[in-house]
Amino acid sequence: MIILWTDALILLLLFSSIGIGFYLHDKEHIQRPLNKIVRSKVGMVSLVVLVFFLLIGLLDSIHFKSNQENSSEIISLLDYCATPLREHNEKTYSAPFATTLYSKEMVEKDGSMQWDYPRQVYGGKHLDDPEKQQVSDIMLKAGIGFLQGLALFTAFLLLSAGVSYLKHSSAPQFFTMRPVMVTLFIIIVLSTISGYLSLYYHVLGTDKVGEDVFYQAIKSIRTGLVIGTLTTLIMLPMAILFGILAGFFRGWVDDVIQYMYTTLNSIPGVLLIAASVLMVQVYMANHEAEFTSLIVRADMRLLFLCMILGVTSWTGLCRLLRAETLKLREMEYVQAAYALGVKQHTILLRHILPNVMHIVLISVVLDFSSLVLAEAVLSYINIGVDPTTYSWGNMINGARLEMAREPIVWWSLSAAFVFMFALVLAANLFADVVQDAFDPRSMTNEASE
Amino acid sequence: MIPLLSISNLSVSFDQKNRVVDEISFDIYPGETFALVGESGSGKSITALSVLRLLPNNASLSATSISLQGDNLLKLPELELCKIRGRRIGLIFQDPMSSLNPVMTVGEQIAEAIQQHLPLSKNDTQLRVLELLQQVEIPGPQQRIRDYPHQLSGGQRQRVMIAIALAGKPELLIADEPTTSLDVTIQAQILALLKNIQQKTGMALWLISHDLALVSTMADRVAVMQQGKIVETASSVELFSHAKHPYTLKLLNALPSMQSCLNHSPEEKPPLLQVNDFHCYYPIRKGLFKRTVGYVRAVDDVSFEIQQSKTLALVGESGCGKTTLGKSLLNLIPGGFGSVKINGLDLGGLEGELLRKQRTNMQIIFQDPFSSMNPRMLVGDIIAEGLKALHPDVNTTDRKSRVRNLLEQVGLPEDSALRYPHEFSGGQRQRICIARALAVRPKLIVCDEPTSALDVSVQAQIIQLLKTLQKEQGISYLFITHDLAVVAEIADDVAVMYQGKIIEQNSVEQVLFKPKHAYTQKLIGAVPVLKSTE
Repeated sequence: MIILWTDALILLLLFSSIGIGFYLHDKEHIQRPLNKIVRSKVGMVSLVVLVFFLLIGLLDSIHFKSNQENSSEIISLLDYCATPLREHNEKTYSAPFATTLYSKEMVEKDGSMQWDYPRQVYGGKHLDDPEKQQVSDIMLKAGIGFLQGLALFTAFLLLSAGVSYLKHSSAPQFFTMRPVMVTLFIIIVLSTISGYLSLYYHVLGTDKVGEDVFYQAIKSIRTGLVIGTLTTLIMLPMAILFGILAGFFRGWVDDVIQYMYTTLNSIPGVLLIAASVLMVQVYMANHEAEFTSLIVRADMRLLFLCMILGVTSWTGLCRLLRAETLKLREMEYVQAAYALGVKQHTILLRHILPNVMHIVLISVVLDFSSLVLAEAVLSYINIGVDPTTYSWGNMINGARLEMAREPIVWWSLSAAFVFMFALVLAANLFADVVQDAFDPRSMTNEASE
Repeated sequence: MIPLLSISNLSVSFDQKNRVVDEISFDIYPGETFALVGESGSGKSITALSVLRLLPNNASLSATSISLQGDNLLKLPELELCKIRGRRIGLIFQDPMSSLNPVMTVGEQIAEAIQQHLPLSKNDTQLRVLELLQQVEIPGPQQRIRDYPHQLSGGQRQRVMIAIALAGKPELLIADEPTTSLDVTIQAQILALLKNIQQKTGMALWLISHDLALVSTMADRVAVMQQGKIVETASSVELFSHAKHPYTLKLLNALPSMQSCLNHSPEEKPPLLQVNDFHCYYPIRKGLFKRTVGYVRAVDDVSFEIQQSKTLALVGESGCGKTTLGKSLLNLIPGGFGSVKINGLDLGGLEGELLRKQRTNMQIIFQDPFSSMNPRMLVGDIIAEGLKALHPDVNTTDRKSRVRNLLEQVGLPEDSALRYPHEFSGGQRQRICIARALAVRPKLIVCDEPTSALDVSVQAQIIQLLKTLQKEQGISYLFITHDLAVVAEIADDVAVMYQGKIIEQNSVEQVLFKPKHAYTQKLIGAVPVLKSTE
């Protein structure tokens, strides 16, 4: 098994969020808003979608050396599961579910050479007469995929029922909610159908060099997630530390920190990002021995992109936290703590930090979706992730030139759009619910009832 | 006589379940002053709002009838009701700052109210504005017309609010706690003004208040409200001399009275806290380099002494520097300097660890029981916080039993330790704050208006608790308040503060009944006193 830098950070993030979850497990002031999220239908449905994306991202974060003969390629668990998808490469563009390529070539037909659309190497190769059989074959394969999904879903239902029976408790509240079950059902069935179909066809077509677009789209999930989460991880400590210190100590500390973020804010972010990406490339070129494989280089560049995005984006949250701390330090409970002889660092940790956490939580979830979008924009202007990294930004960038073709090559762009849209929409909806649940006003409303 | 406003069987409930007003009926006659009295949450303001149909959306209203001189307000469409709001029924709210638009001049706001109701030309409107400002006795009305709300004092803002309410020449003026956020001397002026206007215009006044003493000086008839029900309605004279309902009696008994300090035999005790020549100055900074150009003298050359297990009350109106004095004595705010000796130990100039170590001597209880506790901490942790910080040698078991002990002392159930502050009522929260202060065994507690956010009956309980604790543990209090009746209940000595200086200092009986300084006399004269006790 090989652990890349971003893999390590993702695993660290996963374990620390599990740890935080355990720590907050019995904290009532966190439990109350969490229960509110669990009760919200929109929140739970979008959470299910997010978890699905997260699972794919995690699968894609476990890397190992491929054990195929004479290959030193590093692949992930997801690559392994999707081996047919990864290896079914065509020559060039082909439309979704097509059995032929997009452009005409000289092909041998009935013993003579003809100017025609050549058959694909993999897509629909089991068919003898594509024109007649194709539709019925797709329906049949989709039906088999549907049945597989149904079986999987039933198994899942039985399993969860069994677990709750063994625990002598009724099923957890969100499993009883119909919208959640419907979402889960749709996700499972869609993935089995498309999974089964893509053994025989290119469900979302192929790109310029004949790679499967469906494979590219699901590989891009990890990139989006890494950019969304790691950047926040880098930005959070800075924003929280500087924001709280500036607000709490005032005076020269405040002046220095304010000066820092005002300066940083007035430098165009794109400029900084371009400069630092260039720096990494130069560094890697000078130290080729350390970056032997393509995937390691791409990973390094991704990590640096996250870092520089984090460095440029902490100022907004920092400002918010400074303002909130300015308000909190004048609260009477802080004065009471002084009167009780509590030390300053304890006051910071016990009275200030927990009371700004709701702002942190809300802005983390909101920032996530804007960062996923930022990656797409940056890749479009060629300062984003490495061109060899699968990302929605790269997919869009590659597809934009083909928009003018006739017939139009629409599938790469649409696939990237649909996947990105689903992730960002789910994240945004979830952020809304989180924001509502942690809004102090709604908490006081509940308390006064 | 035909009633001006007649309400029968009015009920209001929120979200179809919380019934806040429950089947109440009463009449208001032309020209009289009718008072609706009750503690917070009893539904008095909701009753007033429901007459004008100004309730929030989740409220539902039912009534047999609400009629204004025969017009049934219940049946009127919204458009017709708009012509009654402000025109026939005027309304004044509690907080004059948030009721005025900060970006409009006072003149514009009054003119807007006039044009809503009366078809006057521009010039006539301006004349009417001036006339109204004169009517509410604002000094220099010509200049005030162009002023913005923030340029006026609290009392003047309330006068502007009254002018706006009077703009439509209403037959009934509803005053919802019109003086609660004002100082007593200003309160006396506003009440006198309302009475004056009522006599001149002959309108009826519906006064809503929690203050029984105030009501007894103003009202002709009084209705007492408890948990959405009217428990007693009587003429003012009758109610305050022969109250019938037990709840009314309870309210009257809970009322602190100035007489309670009489026959108080003071005994000399050794001094605990000696304050000499204490100042608290805030620098005024200006310019690019924030040069100090002058000082705000919040507390100016103050000296006093508190004896062991005695209470010194610090009395004054808002902005006189009494809270600043209390907090700067404890070094909670910067700018204080002077000699502060507790048991002979000089605290002046102590810093850092030395200052932290002597925090056991003095503690503080704040006015607002909602903002003085961290909402994210358990009550048990809140109380134990001082113990942890100042007595780190106490182990966990001892600390827990001490917390239990403290909760018992302040009269809270044992399981409170595992609950959060928001689960408690205002009075209970104030008890938690007292327990928190007691935890480090202080010799002196600064009580910064600990009861002014509470209802009278709760206030009486808290004062009783403070007195009991003083008797049992020999604690001294510096009791900061604006309420002279509370002073009479709890204090041994009184210091009167005015513009940062202590202008009179003596035993409580002397100050309250034989005040020497003109300001003290004015202050005491302005306090509304229950009629029956006169």
